[in-house]
Amino acid sequence: MDATLSLFPLGWQHYLLGGLFIGAGVALLYLFTGLVGGMSTVFSSTWSFVVQRPFFQQARFTDSRGWRLVYAAGLVLGALVWWLVFSDGTPLTTGVPAWMLLLGGFFVGYGARLGNGCTSGHGICGLGSLQWPSLLAVLTFMATAFITANLVAWGLA
Amino acid sequence: MSPMKFLAVLAGGALFGFGLALSTMVRPEVVLSFLRFQDFGLMLVMGGAVAVTLLAYLLLPRLLGQPLLGGYFHQHVAHWNRDTLQGSALFGVGWGLCGVCPGPAIAGLGTGNWTLLWALVGIALGALVQGWRAKA
Repeated sequence: MDATLSLFPLGWQHYLLGGLFIGAGVALLYLFTGLVGGMSTVFSSTWSFVVQRPFFQQARFTDSRGWRLVYAAGLVLGALVWWLVFSDGTPLTTGVPAWMLLLGGFFVGYGARLGNGCTSGHGICGLGSLQWPSLLAVLTFMATAFITANLVAWGLA
Repeated sequence: MSPMKFLAVLAGGALFGFGLALSTMVRPEVVLSFLRFQDFGLMLVMGGAVAVTLLAYLLLPRLLGQPLLGGYFHQHVAHWNRDTLQGSALFGVGWGLCGVCPGPAIAGLGTGNWTLLWALVGIALGALVQGWRAKA
């Protein structure tokens, strides 16, 4: 009981249930279409609509850009349903400064695309198909994220 | 895209987004508290999602010859090389800085959190620069 409290000070049920929903979304996509639903590729494939450079015009982007955008729209829709039905209706906010979101986001986008996957691509789909390169990728980004987050907290303190 | 495929992809995304919101992964503060060892909830989110995905990827191709809407069961093969190592390391630095990864940056907009647009723009710019520098 005490261990549960200290590991999960805000409770643990919503974390596990939320994770099961995320897995159910990936599974439903696979059941109906056979597609593997990581999230970071949409940030490259959507650029293929406007950027003509050969990198963005690769078939893996132009062939998937349609469904990836629909998948992203679904993401917003699902979160909207949660917000309308299960929250108190106040828009969520964050105290993380805009420059940290922008700069951190830049590294997230650059890194996820260079490394071919993010927390969902390597973390959920990659581990879910038992691929050891994805496990190494997850361990790598967890390590640098732990270091960065703690350095930032220490610097701000 | 057929209407059925549109609906299936949208529904899959919606379950994913609902899960991200329910598990509070759309809140950067919760992700950062995991990265600072104050709340291990993210492990449960990841564990639950991986468990369901693992079952689906393992069982569905064995139970069904092909996906319900036709086509074939895809496999995304991951490779371990210098790009994967450097990319993942940079991804982690960015994630540790802002507490936002690609899924929550998109889903968070559904919770009215417009501040997350900064992260969304940052991710889109990062992906653009990566593709601009890369060889096709």
